[in-house]
Amino acid sequence: MTNVAMPLETQQPLLHTHVHDAVATGTAHAKGQQHPIRLYLVVWGWLFVLSTCSYLVDYFGLQGYLRWSLILLFMVLKAGLIVAVFMHMAWERLALAYAILLPPVAVLIFVAIMVFESEYTHLIRALFFASPT
Amino acid sequence: MTDAALANTGAAPTRPSGWQGIAADWSSDQRAFKNVSWGKAMMWIFLLSDTFIFSCFLLSYMTVRMSTTVPWPNPSEVFALTIGGTTIPLILIAIMTFILISSSGTMAMAVNFGYRHDRVKSAALMLVTAAFGATFVGMQGFEWTKLIMEGVRPWGNPWGADQFGSSFFMITGFHGTHVTIGVIFLIIISRKVLRGDFDREARGFFTSRKGHYEIVEIMGLYWHFVDLVWVFIFAFFYLW
Repeated sequence: MTNVAMPLETQQPLLHTHVHDAVATGTAHAKGQQHPIRLYLVVWGWLFVLSTCSYLVDYFGLQGYLRWSLILLFMVLKAGLIVAVFMHMAWERLALAYAILLPPVAVLIFVAIMVFESEYTHLIRALFFASPT
Repeated sequence: MTDAALANTGAAPTRPSGWQGIAADWSSDQRAFKNVSWGKAMMWIFLLSDTFIFSCFLLSYMTVRMSTTVPWPNPSEVFALTIGGTTIPLILIAIMTFILISSSGTMAMAVNFGYRHDRVKSAALMLVTAAFGATFVGMQGFEWTKLIMEGVRPWGNPWGADQFGSSFFMITGFHGTHVTIGVIFLIIISRKVLRGDFDREARGFFTSRKGHYEIVEIMGLYWHFVDLVWVFIFAFFYLW
């Protein structure tokens, strides 16, 4: 009896530590969330640079398509850095990345619909509600 | 043991990648998100729904701005501050942007130290994040006060289209609410980190599930999302 029990008892802690290791490496390794601090500092720096750039667009009073395209460019770069590095999306499996990142693209269709709608509203307002000059 | 197995999402390392991986993950008759715990997946799905909420706000703002025949107030002048005799355009909003970005940086490092089980550094960085967040909300309060004193109301303002006020209060108000909720949860979770709840795997008071350092990353996802939303608000409302 004791012969059988002994190996079991000695195995128990071993098994436990093994599972514990698996948990530890599972969180650190399989999910790939252990990145060097340097990476975060570099991204932080780039976000500062990009924010400064988008602020300077306003500061220097750029207008028209140049202004809008620069604003959109800096916005997309900043959003991309935050989602990819800070939120770790770059290291997630594509099944999650596509499930989360594709649906918001549908919003662009909504944007197109509302552009049509507001152009129409603007036209009607201009035609019927404009103050007589 | 079973609890640890549930939380341990370290999956088999040999999974197909690319499009094959997507097809394999989604058709696997198990769970679709292979190496992501339910908590993280649910936070991502909540953030997706929140994306749609803020998209609707920004879309309604676009619609009212495009359809009005009255000129839109110039945000560059509306949000200018006079510091030491010189008027600097949009300076308050720029400072708020830098503060929120810095809070995102400290949060990312808090997640990193959390996974290294460095309780003190993780909790300290989370509290710094919370302090940045609270500063942001404070500056937003200052901005709201300034605009209300100048006569901005949801139904009108001295400079142009009436819809400016309603869009402004709705969008920044909702974003500020998100920041405030984030600050509260940052304080709660940093307290748990500091107390060592996640080293002991103490059970949560609400879910009574074992706590793990992963909650710091889930908190981080929410916080980075708040920063992400601000990137879009900054571009579309303040700069456009």
